[in-house]
Amino acid sequence: MDLTFTPEQEAFRAEARAWLAAHVPRTPLPSMDTAEGFRRHREWERVLHDGGYAMVSWPVEYGGRGCNLIEWLIFEEEYWGAGAPGRVNQNGIFLLGPTLMEFGTPEQKARYLPKMARSEEVWAQGWSEPNAGSDMAAIRTSARLDGDHYVLNGQKTWCSRAAFADWIFCLVRTDPTSERHKGLSFILVPLDTPGVRVRPIPQLDGETGFAEVFFDEARVPRVHRLGEEHQGWKIAMATAGFERGLMLRSPARFQATARRLRRLWEARGADADPTLRDRVVRAWMDAEAYSLSTYATASRLIAGGSIGAEASLTKIFWSEMDVRMHETALALLGADAGLLPPVAPPEAAGWLDGFLFSLAGPIYAGTNEIQRNVIAERVLGLPRD
Amino acid sequence: MHFAFEDEHLRFRDSVRGVLDRVCAPAAVRKVWEDAPAHDAGRWRALAELGLLGLLAPERAGGLGLDEVSMVLALEETGRAALPEAIVDTALVAVPLLAGLEDHGIADPWLGRIAAGEVVVGVGCQPNPWVAHADAAELLLLVDRDEIHALPRAEVRSEPLPHLDAAQRLFRVAWTPSARTRVAAGAHGRRLHAAAVDRGALGAAAQLLGVAARLIEEAVGYAKQREQFGREIGSFQAIKHRLANARVRLEFARPVVYRAAFGIARDLPARGRDASHAKLVAADAAAFAARAALQVHGAIGYTWEVDLHVWMKRAWALETTWGTSGWHRGRLAAAVLDPHEEAS
Ligand SMILES: Cc1cc2nc3c(=O)[nH]c(=O)nc-3n(C[C@H](O)[C@H](O)[C@H](O)COP(=O)(O)OP(=O)(O)OC[C@H]3O[C@@H](n4cnc5c(N)ncnc54)[C@H](O)[C@@H]3O)c2cc1C
Repeated sequence: MDLTFTPEQEAFRAEARAWLAAHVPRTPLPSMDTAEGFRRHREWERVLHDGGYAMVSWPVEYGGRGCNLIEWLIFEEEYWGAGAPGRVNQNGIFLLGPTLMEFGTPEQKARYLPKMARSEEVWAQGWSEPNAGSDMAAIRTSARLDGDHYVLNGQKTWCSRAAFADWIFCLVRTDPTSERHKGLSFILVPLDTPGVRVRPIPQLDGETGFAEVFFDEARVPRVHRLGEEHQGWKIAMATAGFERGLMLRSPARFQATARRLRRLWEARGADADPTLRDRVVRAWMDAEAYSLSTYATASRLIAGGSIGAEASLTKIFWSEMDVRMHETALALLGADAGLLPPVAPPEAAGWLDGFLFSLAGPIYAGTNEIQRNVIAERVLGLPRD
Repeated sequence: MHFAFEDEHLRFRDSVRGVLDRVCAPAAVRKVWEDAPAHDAGRWRALAELGLLGLLAPERAGGLGLDEVSMVLALEETGRAALPEAIVDTALVAVPLLAGLEDHGIADPWLGRIAAGEVVVGVGCQPNPWVAHADAAELLLLVDRDEIHALPRAEVRSEPLPHLDAAQRLFRVAWTPSARTRVAAGAHGRRLHAAAVDRGALGAAAQLLGVAARLIEEAVGYAKQREQFGREIGSFQAIKHRLANARVRLEFARPVVYRAAFGIARDLPARGRDASHAKLVAADAAAFAARAALQVHGAIGYTWEVDLHVWMKRAWALETTWGTSGWHRGRLAAAVLDPHEEAS
């Protein structure tokens, strides 16, 4: 065990820090759930890419810089520490990207990854359906093989950023006689395919952060299938492992939140409810614990290990920590917490939006009830319900 | 000791619920969010006809001459309906404040008009940093140190403060106190201010109970109807336990709020302590119910299109109205830990 960084890693950190200091937009970008904000975030991704920082852990040939996961975590620390924008293509770079590397053909990797790294193509995730939420194996959207095309019919929903995205990766039923987990395939669909219709859905804050996607005889080339036919469930579970367990919410993000909370305490703590002091300290403790756990996961993966059911532990930890941190911030802000811009005081910036977003954490990427069931049954070995 | 409401209180609650179901459906609240003024003259008159607005006003001024115990269940209903109007500030806070003024000549005409549903009164005092519904209020009761001032709307300048709960119409109010506007001062002014704070906290607490109850109701309804894995999600223990926990919090907040109503009605020495206790536990019950209800709904509860956020946002807004939880926790701790007071 060695909890220090090598001189090379420290040098990489310094280099990333300097680059970010010179390039991160000085004023926050508009929300990525608006057309304008989405465009600005896409532009920012291009800047990141051209600097070589879009996905540092990817191979150079796909637009990365061939770093290992430890270095990716270092980059994330610098990224969030610099107050850089959220990643508009997170479904692509953090979820589909790693999945493509594992399951994609060489042609598919060459076709999709570089454009993904540049955010020339921004991805949405199309798994959930109105009647297949927690019970994802109830997926009914169908893809019928017709020559060298799949013909899609059905509906996906809650697809984050699909209102403005270019592509969507879907889990669909390719075997009409199949049940549950069997007979599903993983198919990549351009959102401008004829027969695909996107209806944006406004969220709690009134912005269209997700969308429903309807398929009506939408024809998609067969080569857009990722992995074997009818093996989509297995691939989706690997993606979900990346999502819950590592990539989607890197610890640096929460460490940055804990630091902001500490600054808010400096501004507001003197007059605040003294019980909030413990909660501000707890935010730091939680963020540290999450960071340590993630370095251990990354070390294990580098040594050839894999992420299994433990990903569910991670997902519960980060999502519930995030809610607590934001609740603490709102309590520190008192009556100011509910005010909207432009009348909200400067130190309130971001906290209310962040709070609303944190409330979705225990729902998306598999609800925390489902994660607790997974932990109970697959980590602890308790009998099934 | 007989800790129960009388039949007439329950009947009054039921009739208030019936009227609110009619005049204050979620669609009406959404309309307020979108474009309408938060104050609807028709809704306000319906509340007046029920006797709710003048409930605390003396009979000589056209009121019912009843007390807070008779009002608390009805206020709970206004929370359950997420009523946008200034019911707490006008009917629970301003009415007794006006009735407590020495000069009946000033107070009685206003009381009569309030009872008749003709006017809204705004109240501005610590711990509220702003005045709710200052746009609709014909009269503003504003505190300056130990003085209470009464000003017509035309004599104040108000700047709107957009809020997450768009039915929460808050204003930063600028005004100038003068001998002409002063209606109470000194010990009397301080007493009226303290009573206003306790009543405001009680009103917010009662509404929070109603909000919590409604959130639980919505979540239970959804859990019975939504199916995943071939069964109603309400049949999963995780869902049952979460909602049961929400119900436990609500159950143990209610008697605390009702005691605060009694203490204020009888002007008992512990009324401030009890009002803070009430506000704290009701806010906690509502925040917990909001989290539970959202989680039970899953993604659909996160949309603008489903009504759930009508009550979630009200729960968060009321938590900081008439004293934040932090403020009440400080006041409660001071009272409970006061070495000169034997805890009762
Ligand atoms: C902000 C946001 C963004 C999202 N983005 C995407 C996206 O990009 N792509 C995508 O495909 N999906 C996305 N989702 C959807 C998300 O994956 C689903 O919301 C989630 O899987 C839950 O499904 P549901 O909403 O239908 O809830 P339901 O499955 O109906 O669940 C309702 C409640 O029942 C509980 N429950 C269900 N089954 C059980 C059980 N067996 N035991 C105990 N409790 C149970 C749940 O935990 C929950 O509390 C997003 C959701 C949100 C909120």
